[in-house]
Amino acid sequence: MGGGVPRKEDPNLVTGRANWTDNIKLPGMLHFALLRSPFAHAKVTNLDVSGALEQPGVVAAFTGEDLADEWPGGVVCAATVTDDQKTPFHPPIVTDEVKYMGDVVAVVVATDRYKAQDALEFVEVDYEPLDVVVDMETALEEGAPLVHEDLGTNECFSMPMEVGDVDDAFNRADVVVKEHYIQQRLIPNAIEPRATVALQDPGHDGYVVYTATQVPHLAKIVLSLSTGIPENQIRVVAPDVGGGFGSKLNVYREEILALVLTKKLGVPIKWVEDRSENYQATIHGRGQIQDIELAATNEGRILGMKVKLLDDMGAYLQLLTPVIAPSGAAMYPGVYTFDAFSIEIKGVFTNLTPTDAYRGAGRPEAAYACERIIDALARELDMDPAEVRRKNFYEPFDEPTDTPGGLQYDSMNMQAAMDRVMELADYEGLRREQQQRRENNDPVQLGIGFSAYTEICGLGPSQALAGLGIGGGGWEAANVRMLITGKVEVATGTSPHGQGHETTWSQITADALGVTPDDVVVLHGDTAVVPFGRDTYGSRSLAVGGIAVHLACEKVVDKAKKLAAHMLEAAEDDIEFEGGTFSVAGSPDQNVTIQDVGAAAYMAADVPEGMEPGLNEQMIFDPPNFTFPFGAHICVMEVDTETGKAYVRDYFAVDDCGPVINPTIVDGQLHGGLAQGIAQALYEGAIYDEDGNLMTGSMVDYMIPGAPELPNFTLDRTVTPSPSNPLGVKGVGEAGTIGAPPAVINAIIDALSPYGVKHMDMPALPMRVWNAIQDAQGNGAASGEYDAAFGSREADVRQEGRSEDQ
Amino acid sequence: MRRIQVRVNGTTYEHEVEPRLLLVHYLREVLNLTGTMVGCNTSNCGACTVLMGGESVKSCTVFAVQADGREITTVQGLAENGDWHPMQTAFHENHALQCGYCTPGMIMASISLLEEKPDPSEEEIREALEGNYCRCTGERRGDPGGPRRQLLPLHGLREHNQGCSAGRRTVQLEREAWE
Repeated sequence: MGGGVPRKEDPNLVTGRANWTDNIKLPGMLHFALLRSPFAHAKVTNLDVSGALEQPGVVAAFTGEDLADEWPGGVVCAATVTDDQKTPFHPPIVTDEVKYMGDVVAVVVATDRYKAQDALEFVEVDYEPLDVVVDMETALEEGAPLVHEDLGTNECFSMPMEVGDVDDAFNRADVVVKEHYIQQRLIPNAIEPRATVALQDPGHDGYVVYTATQVPHLAKIVLSLSTGIPENQIRVVAPDVGGGFGSKLNVYREEILALVLTKKLGVPIKWVEDRSENYQATIHGRGQIQDIELAATNEGRILGMKVKLLDDMGAYLQLLTPVIAPSGAAMYPGVYTFDAFSIEIKGVFTNLTPTDAYRGAGRPEAAYACERIIDALARELDMDPAEVRRKNFYEPFDEPTDTPGGLQYDSMNMQAAMDRVMELADYEGLRREQQQRRENNDPVQLGIGFSAYTEICGLGPSQALAGLGIGGGGWEAANVRMLITGKVEVATGTSPHGQGHETTWSQITADALGVTPDDVVVLHGDTAVVPFGRDTYGSRSLAVGGIAVHLACEKVVDKAKKLAAHMLEAAEDDIEFEGGTFSVAGSPDQNVTIQDVGAAAYMAADVPEGMEPGLNEQMIFDPPNFTFPFGAHICVMEVDTETGKAYVRDYFAVDDCGPVINPTIVDGQLHGGLAQGIAQALYEGAIYDEDGNLMTGSMVDYMIPGAPELPNFTLDRTVTPSPSNPLGVKGVGEAGTIGAPPAVINAIIDALSPYGVKHMDMPALPMRVWNAIQDAQGNGAASGEYDAAFGSREADVRQEGRSEDQ
Repeated sequence: MRRIQVRVNGTTYEHEVEPRLLLVHYLREVLNLTGTMVGCNTSNCGACTVLMGGESVKSCTVFAVQADGREITTVQGLAENGDWHPMQTAFHENHALQCGYCTPGMIMASISLLEEKPDPSEEEIREALEGNYCRCTGERRGDPGGPRRQLLPLHGLREHNQGCSAGRRTVQLEREAWE
């Protein structure tokens, strides 16, 4: 462990031999296409699919009514965050009313996708448009249009939480800072669109569902709950999966439909999402409005924090929709220790695409609000932002420590991370350069933005997850078996889609068993091959699943040691194990390799009395606590005050995810995470018009940063082991996405502070930056109205941002 | 239907196709060459990039009939006798991929770049890959484009592994080619 070995996953991927779901072709396979609503809210007054049935190649066509009996559970939401949470029934195909653009009214099944798509034109449907509600504040007003008439309200849930005496803290404060932030909606954009193939299981009574998912094990359960098909008749396989970022941590209507249609029609059924569908009907991320207040002393010591949060559910609840904001709630205090904290979260229905987990899922929002307002406090007190942060850090600790959010952080040393990032960035040098540019009235100003974050990872202790409202089940399973030929199979319940588990788990196994990584094959993503698993999300794979592998290996070694003692005719206590060889203490010539022991265990011709044959051990690891990676980032922005163009000149990140098993993979996770964080801060955002039409409905209109838009990253690490697991590892998949947005925005505000700019919304596109300067300078006429929901004018400037931004 | 003759990865194929059939679907569905993927259908993401007559095209916005009489190379036609193309090796050795879905397109676009500009600057590399999205790597790992095929990789980013086992590591921009 600890080596940056090249990945085992790569050979198939660089040669075009990967097994994506879309590659699957089976005899007799049919394809379906969905008729999606062009309206955000409308009654379906007339629907007739018979015209489609006349079209060439069309085998079947169904309405929601035709299939309603097939999905008693509908699309499942597995989270209940309050006793009175409103969970509307979510039909895979609607029966009377569409509730967002992209909602489904009919399905057509044909011999190929072209024909299915063509036939949609011949489905007759009439809509009667209804009033639409697209923003959360309006949705909560008296008399607002209701997304779900029968619920009588657009409020999904309201969840207050208080730790300590917040009123007292605010009464004692010398200063109180109040801020208002918007987390725009983001579209996850895994480059592989979703895809599903369902078929009757050959040789068995039941079904196989191949699907591009992060969560084959959860999907097996959820598909059973949706359809009523017994769980033991469903096998789910996640073949090679092309990115997820949370968007494939779900079980969608199309997966239910594929299963239901193969059950009904008796042939394999395939559906592949196109990108427009991905934008409309795969979950979105974020979508929050944050009001936050911070109470502090004149010396910059924080006394308390209050947060009010609106979280946009969209039109329905997907798998985890309501728990996203609550799961980040306790993280608002971040890396700062103080006594009093309160938060109130309201989940709100709108006529928009459902939201759910997107890389970070609740924690980027928390870190953003915390790290923005601490900068606001520094401005208020005229202190250096680094100094204010340092005043409120925890003293370094390596045992669980209580937090204002009511959690127990596992271990932390923010001082070390902060020292290192300031040294790496040459903070003093940057401030000097900034001063010079200010004195010279340089049209391009320099901004230095901090972010000091921690996140909650390693989901998670089952009991704690139950407390969050998702039932529990935070464990992870691994099975490690020595084969008779000396090779090793590791079956893991994690389900990678780019994270490199095959490589990393092989390293863990090789290290524990004294074999080479090449001797190890890692099996994953198939519920028949790996019966127990809880899949991949929430930066849990290494800190829970990797640990299960490690512990299963230890069990293998423990058993092998007993057998080795028997083979060497020595006492077990005298057996030493190193580098894959068991030897007798003091007589190294008396030895057997673990491969020899494995073969002897398998053949079982001569094993100790009562020993089961084989070296084949299972471990189900349920962690005692979450893990809390942390880090300090400095973003260096250049902001052109004449054009509003802001770009990242340098990005320094010092992250602490505990000991690192494969540094190359960890760096890769950080790069991608930082890119997505910078993307939220500078470029991305889903835009809807007032009628609920998605204006950024394709990659043409939604600004995904590419190679020209992103900086080079300078990364370093500190290492603070976690006491939550025996390897001390913490997780890293979401760190960059959490750390980056506040660092970027703080840097822009820092650059423009001489102009009086104190606030900037995301994404900080040139028009928005330029307007902020004009507003702060009192040139109100220049700026005009700037829609908080990030109006359509920005679509015009985004292309400009792309072409100029080098 | 129209009859087309296309040479793909060194093999000549003849098929009757619908005029509207996209080249990427011809490759995937008719020829079963599933190494080339569809990401967006709008020519933005570049996952479907192949070489047509040696130049990179996005096969989701080329009709199969437009490839009539042309020579196509996909990622599956790069290796010779089992030996990877140096660009494939470069992507592997530089951890220029994670989920790998964009990788075939990235590799083809990178090869096309080097055909055009054997010694591209960092800026030229970035711009050449502007039409290939990678959601996993932060794009900064995917910058290939060394001066020569054999010397390969990166102008882009190379990493310094020194001391990384202690958890210290810096990724730096490095202009020199690998030797």
